[in-house]
Amino acid sequence: MIRVQQDPFDPGAELNAFSAAVAGAGAVVSFSGLVRDVAGGLRAMEIEHYPGMTEKALAEIRDQAVARWALAEALVIHRHGRLEPGEVIMMVATAARHRADAFAAAEFLMDYLKSRAPFWKKEETGDGSDWVAARDADEDALKRW
Amino acid sequence: MQVLYFAWVRERIGVPREEVQTQAATVAELVEELKTREERYAAAFADISALRVALDQDLSEFTDSLEGVREVAFFPPMTGG
Repeated sequence: MIRVQQDPFDPGAELNAFSAAVAGAGAVVSFSGLVRDVAGGLRAMEIEHYPGMTEKALAEIRDQAVARWALAEALVIHRHGRLEPGEVIMMVATAARHRADAFAAAEFLMDYLKSRAPFWKKEETGDGSDWVAARDADEDALKRW
Repeated sequence: MQVLYFAWVRERIGVPREEVQTQAATVAELVEELKTREERYAAAFADISALRVALDQDLSEFTDSLEGVREVAFFPPMTGG
Protein backbone atom coordinates (compact mmCIF):
# COMPACT_ATOMS: atom_id res chain seq x y z
CA MET A 1 0.00 0.00 0.00
CA ILE A 2 1.27 3.41 -1.03
CA ARG A 3 -0.28 6.74 -0.15
CA VAL A 4 0.95 10.20 -1.13
CA GLN A 5 -1.10 12.96 0.40
CA GLN A 6 -1.16 16.53 1.59
CA ASP A 7 -3.43 15.88 4.56
CA PRO A 8 -2.09 14.97 8.00
CA PHE A 9 -2.56 11.37 9.17
CA ASP A 10 -2.48 9.59 12.52
CA PRO A 11 0.46 7.11 12.49
CA GLY A 12 -0.94 5.28 15.53
CA ALA A 13 -4.28 4.66 13.87
CA GLU A 14 -2.55 3.66 10.63
CA LEU A 15 -0.33 1.20 12.50
CA ASN A 16 -3.33 -0.34 14.29
CA ALA A 17 -5.19 -0.79 11.02
CA PHE A 18 -2.08 -2.22 9.35
CA SER A 19 -1.47 -4.68 12.21
CA ALA A 20 -5.10 -5.81 12.18
CA ALA A 21 -4.94 -6.46 8.44
CA VAL A 22 -1.81 -8.65 8.74
CA ALA A 23 -2.77 -10.41 11.94
CA GLY A 24 -1.23 -13.76 10.89
CA ALA A 25 2.18 -12.29 10.09
CA GLY A 26 3.81 -12.40 13.54
CA ALA A 27 6.09 -9.34 13.30
CA VAL A 28 5.27 -5.71 12.51
CA VAL A 29 7.84 -2.89 12.42
CA SER A 30 6.98 0.76 11.85
CA PHE A 31 8.90 4.00 11.49
CA SER A 32 7.57 7.56 11.45
CA GLY A 33 9.55 10.62 10.34
CA LEU A 34 8.71 13.97 11.94
CA VAL A 35 9.63 17.53 11.02
CA ARG A 36 12.60 18.28 13.30
CA ASP A 37 13.58 21.71 14.52
CA VAL A 38 16.77 23.29 13.14
CA ALA A 39 19.18 25.94 14.42
CA GLY A 40 17.62 29.33 13.81
CA GLY A 41 14.16 28.03 14.55
CA LEU A 42 12.18 26.21 11.89
CA ARG A 43 8.89 27.85 10.97
CA ALA A 44 7.79 25.36 8.38
CA MET A 45 8.93 22.70 5.96
CA GLU A 46 7.68 22.73 2.39
CA ILE A 47 7.76 19.36 0.67
CA GLU A 48 7.60 19.35 -3.11
CA HIS A 49 7.15 16.17 -5.12
CA TYR A 50 6.75 14.90 -8.68
CA PRO A 51 3.15 13.67 -9.01
CA GLY A 52 3.07 10.46 -11.00
CA MET A 53 6.73 9.58 -10.57
CA THR A 54 6.39 9.68 -6.78
CA GLU A 55 3.69 7.01 -6.72
CA LYS A 56 5.56 4.94 -9.30
CA ALA A 57 8.90 5.13 -7.44
CA LEU A 58 7.32 4.33 -4.07
CA ALA A 59 5.40 1.36 -5.51
CA GLU A 60 8.61 -0.03 -7.07
CA ILE A 61 10.56 0.33 -3.81
CA ARG A 62 7.70 -1.21 -1.83
CA ASP A 63 7.35 -4.14 -4.27
CA GLN A 64 11.11 -4.81 -4.07
CA ALA A 65 10.94 -4.95 -0.27
CA VAL A 66 7.92 -7.26 -0.29
CA ALA A 67 9.61 -9.66 -2.71
CA ARG A 68 13.04 -9.65 -1.06
CA TRP A 69 11.88 -10.26 2.52
CA ALA A 70 8.68 -12.21 1.69
CA LEU A 71 6.61 -9.62 3.53
CA ALA A 72 2.94 -10.15 4.24
CA GLU A 73 2.47 -6.43 3.51
CA ALA A 74 4.33 -3.13 3.43
CA LEU A 75 2.87 0.34 3.87
CA VAL A 76 4.34 3.68 2.84
CA ILE A 77 2.56 6.98 3.54
CA HIS A 78 4.35 10.22 2.57
CA ARG A 79 3.03 13.76 2.82
CA HIS A 80 3.77 16.80 0.69
CA GLY A 81 2.94 20.48 1.04
CA ARG A 82 3.55 22.75 4.02
CA LEU A 83 4.29 21.10 7.39
CA GLU A 84 5.07 22.58 10.77
CA PRO A 85 7.72 21.39 13.28
CA GLY A 86 6.63 18.19 15.01
CA GLU A 87 4.24 17.13 12.27
CA VAL A 88 4.49 13.60 10.88
CA ILE A 89 6.02 13.64 7.38
CA MET A 90 5.86 9.97 6.55
CA MET A 91 5.67 6.45 7.87
CA VAL A 92 6.56 2.97 6.76
CA ALA A 93 5.30 -0.29 8.21
CA THR A 94 6.33 -3.83 7.35
CA ALA A 95 4.84 -7.17 8.31
CA ALA A 96 6.76 -10.45 8.16
CA ARG A 97 6.80 -13.82 9.89
CA HIS A 98 9.89 -12.86 11.92
CA ARG A 99 11.26 -9.57 13.23
CA ALA A 100 14.63 -9.62 11.44
CA ASP A 101 12.91 -9.47 8.05
CA ALA A 102 10.46 -6.79 9.19
CA PHE A 103 13.30 -4.59 10.57
CA ALA A 104 15.53 -5.08 7.50
CA ALA A 105 12.70 -4.34 5.09
CA ALA A 106 11.73 -1.16 7.00
CA GLU A 107 15.35 0.08 6.85
CA PHE A 108 15.56 -0.75 3.15
CA LEU A 109 12.35 1.18 2.51
CA MET A 110 13.66 4.20 4.42
CA ASP A 111 17.06 4.17 2.72
CA TYR A 112 15.53 3.95 -0.73
CA LEU A 113 12.77 6.45 -0.30
CA LYS A 114 15.23 9.02 1.08
CA SER A 115 17.29 9.02 -2.14
CA ARG A 116 15.07 7.48 -4.83
CA ALA A 117 11.58 8.91 -4.25
CA PRO A 118 11.15 12.34 -5.87
CA PHE A 119 10.57 14.55 -2.85
CA TRP A 120 12.43 17.78 -2.06
CA LYS A 121 12.35 19.57 1.28
CA LYS A 122 12.63 23.30 1.80
CA GLU A 123 13.15 24.68 5.30
CA GLU A 124 11.74 28.05 6.26
CA THR A 125 13.44 29.76 9.22
CA GLY A 126 13.58 33.34 10.52
CA ASP A 127 16.56 33.89 8.20
CA GLY A 128 14.72 32.91 5.04
CA SER A 129 14.22 29.60 3.28
CA ASP A 130 16.57 27.06 1.79
CA TRP A 131 16.40 23.68 0.07
CA VAL A 132 17.68 20.78 2.17
CA ALA A 133 20.78 19.30 0.49
CA ALA A 134 20.99 15.55 0.00
CA ARG A 135 23.69 13.97 2.18
CA ASP A 136 26.39 11.70 0.79
CA ALA A 137 25.66 9.36 3.70
CA ASP A 138 22.12 8.84 2.37
CA GLU A 139 23.41 7.81 -1.04
CA ASP A 140 26.08 5.60 0.58
CA ALA A 141 23.39 3.89 2.67
CA LEU A 142 22.01 2.28 -0.51
CA LYS A 143 25.23 0.33 -1.04
CA ARG A 144 24.55 -2.03 1.85
CA TRP A 145 21.51 -3.43 0.02
CA MET B 1 8.36 17.01 -25.37
CA GLN B 2 7.37 18.21 -21.93
CA VAL B 3 10.27 19.36 -19.77
CA LEU B 4 9.65 19.59 -16.02
CA TYR B 5 11.71 21.27 -13.32
CA PHE B 6 11.57 20.74 -9.56
CA ALA B 7 12.88 22.41 -6.39
CA TRP B 8 15.69 24.94 -6.96
CA VAL B 9 15.94 24.03 -10.64
CA ARG B 10 12.31 25.16 -11.02
CA GLU B 11 13.05 28.33 -9.08
CA ARG B 12 16.10 29.22 -11.20
CA ILE B 13 14.37 28.56 -14.50
CA GLY B 14 11.17 30.24 -13.34
CA VAL B 15 8.59 27.75 -14.65
CA PRO B 16 7.52 24.29 -13.43
CA ARG B 17 7.15 22.84 -16.94
CA GLU B 18 7.29 23.79 -20.60
CA GLU B 19 6.93 22.29 -24.07
CA VAL B 20 10.31 22.06 -25.80
CA GLN B 21 10.86 21.32 -29.50
CA THR B 22 14.26 19.74 -29.90
CA GLN B 23 16.35 17.53 -32.17
CA ALA B 24 18.65 16.60 -29.26
CA ALA B 25 19.50 12.88 -29.29
CA THR B 26 20.49 12.62 -25.63
CA VAL B 27 19.73 14.33 -22.33
CA ALA B 28 23.21 15.90 -22.37
CA GLU B 29 22.52 17.41 -25.80
CA LEU B 30 19.19 18.80 -24.60
CA VAL B 31 20.95 20.40 -21.62
CA GLU B 32 23.55 22.04 -23.92
CA GLU B 33 20.73 23.31 -26.13
CA LEU B 34 18.80 24.78 -23.20
CA LYS B 35 21.95 26.43 -21.80
CA THR B 36 22.40 28.47 -24.97
CA ARG B 37 18.85 29.80 -24.77
CA GLU B 38 18.98 32.18 -21.82
CA GLU B 39 21.07 32.96 -18.78
CA ARG B 40 18.55 31.36 -16.39
CA TYR B 41 19.05 27.97 -18.09
CA ALA B 42 22.83 28.38 -18.04
CA ALA B 43 22.59 29.13 -14.29
CA ALA B 44 20.37 26.12 -13.55
CA PHE B 45 22.50 23.70 -15.59
CA ALA B 46 25.92 25.12 -14.65
CA ASP B 47 26.88 21.95 -12.77
CA ILE B 48 24.97 18.88 -13.95
CA SER B 49 26.75 16.69 -11.40
CA ALA B 50 24.43 18.44 -8.90
CA LEU B 51 21.36 17.39 -10.92
CA ARG B 52 19.34 14.28 -11.60
CA VAL B 53 17.16 13.49 -14.60
CA ALA B 54 14.07 11.35 -15.09
CA LEU B 55 12.82 10.17 -18.50
CA ASP B 56 9.11 9.35 -18.57
CA GLN B 57 9.22 9.25 -14.77
CA ASP B 58 12.14 6.82 -14.46
CA LEU B 59 15.45 7.96 -12.98
CA SER B 60 17.94 8.03 -15.87
CA GLU B 61 21.42 9.15 -16.96
CA PHE B 62 22.47 12.27 -18.83
CA THR B 63 24.00 10.03 -21.51
CA ASP B 64 20.63 8.31 -22.17
CA SER B 65 18.80 8.64 -25.48
CA LEU B 66 15.69 10.81 -25.83
CA GLU B 67 14.21 8.64 -28.54
CA GLY B 68 10.49 8.13 -27.90
CA VAL B 69 10.65 10.09 -24.64
CA ARG B 70 7.65 12.32 -23.91
CA GLU B 71 8.56 13.73 -20.50
CA VAL B 72 11.96 14.85 -19.21
CA ALA B 73 12.35 16.10 -15.62
CA PHE B 74 15.36 17.85 -14.08
CA PHE B 75 15.81 18.14 -10.33
CA PRO B 76 18.38 18.14 -7.51
CA PRO B 77 19.15 14.92 -5.59
CA MET B 78 16.02 13.81 -3.78
CA THR B 79 15.44 14.35 -0.08
CA GLY B 80 12.50 12.15 0.88
CA GLY B 81 11.83 10.42 4.16
